Amino acid sequence: MLRRALRLGLGRGLLGRGLGTWRGDSTLDWDGKVSDIKKKIQSVLPGGAWNPLYDTSHLPPEHSDVVIVGGGVLGLSVAYWLKRLEKRRGAIQVLVVERDYTYSQASTGLSVGGIRQQFSLPENIQLSLFSVDFLRNINEYLAVVDDPPLDLQFNPSGYLLLASEKGAAIMENNVKVQRQEGAKVCLMSPEQLRNKFPWINTEGVALASYGFISSSNRMETASGEEVTLKRIHEVHVKMDRSLEYQPVECAIVINAAGAWSGQIAELAGIGKGPPGTLQGTKLPVEPRKRYVYLWHCPQGPGLETPFVIDSSGAYFRREGLGNNYLGSCSPTEEEEPDPGNLEVDHGFFQDKVWPHLAQRVPAFETLKVRSAWAGYYDYNTFDQNGVVGPHPLVVNMYFATGFSGHGLQQAPAVGRAVAEMVLEGSFQTIDLNPFLFSRFYLGEKVQEHNII
Amino acid sequence: MAAPKASLHLVAPIWKGGPRGIRGLSRTVAPEGNQRKGRTVLQFLADRFYDVQALREYLLRKQVSKVHQKNRSFTYVKEQYGPYIAAAYFVLKQGGAVKFQGQEWMRPNGRGRFSLEFFKFQAVPVEAVDASGCAINYQGLDNLLALKELQSLSLQRCPHVDDWCLSRLYQLAGSLQELSLAGCPQVSERGLACLHHLQNLRRLDISDLPAVSNPGLTQILVEEMLPNCNVLGADWAQGLKLGPEEQSQDTARSIPA
Repeated sequence: MLRRALRLGLGRGLLGRGLGTWRGDSTLDWDGKVSDIKKKIQSVLPGGAWNPLYDTSHLPPEHSDVVIVGGGVLGLSVAYWLKRLEKRRGAIQVLVVERDYTYSQASTGLSVGGIRQQFSLPENIQLSLFSVDFLRNINEYLAVVDDPPLDLQFNPSGYLLLASEKGAAIMENNVKVQRQEGAKVCLMSPEQLRNKFPWINTEGVALASYGFISSSNRMETASGEEVTLKRIHEVHVKMDRSLEYQPVECAIVINAAGAWSGQIAELAGIGKGPPGTLQGTKLPVEPRKRYVYLWHCPQGPGLETPFVIDSSGAYFRREGLGNNYLGSCSPTEEEEPDPGNLEVDHGFFQDKVWPHLAQRVPAFETLKVRSAWAGYYDYNTFDQNGVVGPHPLVVNMYFATGFSGHGLQQAPAVGRAVAEMVLEGSFQTIDLNPFLFSRFYLGEKVQEHNII
Repeated sequence: MAAPKASLHLVAPIWKGGPRGIRGLSRTVAPEGNQRKGRTVLQFLADRFYDVQALREYLLRKQVSKVHQKNRSFTYVKEQYGPYIAAAYFVLKQGGAVKFQGQEWMRPNGRGRFSLEFFKFQAVPVEAVDASGCAINYQGLDNLLALKELQSLSLQRCPHVDDWCLSRLYQLAGSLQELSLAGCPQVSERGLACLHHLQNLRRLDISDLPAVSNPGLTQILVEEMLPNCNVLGADWAQGLKLGPEEQSQDTARSIPA
């Protein structure tokens, strides 16, 4: 302190010499040294992880109550709710492990970002309703004193689903279920659709729906055969770009790894066994590549455009003020692209997406694609619905994955459900028992019809 | 408005708003750099001591719950006296003004007191509501959405009215003719997109919305969305200025009206 003050005083006195030259003269770099000494003292005092041989401050801690594999929206949501629902302040230690801090391949950042309540399963509708509630009151949940309030840039324009003749009955049924659960949806006929949105070509549309937002735990070992239950004791967290790893002892592991959840489950030994048994049931979540295209159309639909999902599976939404639109279409099973990389196939837009878009919105016949990207769906090949809850055999692994394109929409509610499962032992607010892992072994599909 | 026939160069508007703290939603706070240096003693203490941090979080939660309390829904009043009285009571309690059909404007006096004589107007619909500056939010709108004959709604300078609230206004589409959102700090162009349901709207005021990124362009898009409505707001040429050669010509001759 004294030295610095002296330096300043002398520096001002001498003309023509900046402070920089004075500082460059001194050989002691005080600021750097002081912070080093502080770090050393902190690591020695109790409470810090002290390793006398070498500095381990860059490694994760050696013990943690819960380790969450995957730092996307689902993993972070589970972490948030675990800390929020804990009984005492600081009761649970949570470690979130994410292998890519740039999130360059994470589905969270690459998603189109829509949230809707038009599902066919009541559980999915409940999940979306709570997530919308969460997003609306996000400043009450996530507010930090003295920080500016969060701005979600949310566009509350709603979703518009179009159905052809074949799908009209299913859509009516779905709307009934949605209304029962409390979602605000209305059905429109083609004339009403034309009145409201004059830029739509209603040829082939029979009906439109406009919406403004663990079953059986019993495992029958009928013939009394032995069931071995396994536990995960340690998670080895390998550091980025180096060979060192830290074994983290943990009580619970949560698999929220999105598209790579299948690989994580295999690491835990799930699926290693004769097929047809519970030991041999794999987690059926695999990465599927989906493209998103951004185009500009000067005469396109106006500011009031909702997120439109056509009966052919193509969808689009408006982005910003400049007549830009985001959209795409899910490929059929035969045309699934190779998920090895995230390269974009522009031919897919030309052949599969543009014809449907141009047929539904004639203004889209003239458009110019500005950019495109690809992202992964954590696709559940069994029934395209999420997997939530513990694994029957590996008793401390919980899943929060497999949402096949709806992870972002349902993340807050699913996070809360998993946190309740971990802390209380059962689902308290939304009953997600149909989404447990055991349905893969029992063969009970919970099919969601409104998947895009 | 006579637009000068000149080459207009677009001047990027300088957005003066910085990150706004939760405390003062209607005042701007200095940008990030200043915030680092000018940290108050309280913030410094809160970073150091858990007690101070817990106290500040408690005060923040109390503030939020105060707003919630103001926006509770008056279901008892609604059941006993009907939706019009409930809405009027709600607005007057918040500090706004309400006008029944055929009556004068009723507003609380300087101390927030108002007479309860409007309780006899059970069958008289409410025609206009002026909730300027009130702490009305998404939940509080519940009380207002039952007014099926509401013609004029003014939500000027309401700090908690945001895009989500605007997405609820479609329920008033049958009767609403005049809407004013001037000065609401949380309304952005995405909320304005939800106003296309209000087909009976004749007068819409969207001036001075700090969260709208491009006021001139937004005004044009809203005018396209609501063709029968007179949209007041940003002057569409506000971000533009005359080119240098046309400027001198302009002063030389007068523009015919």
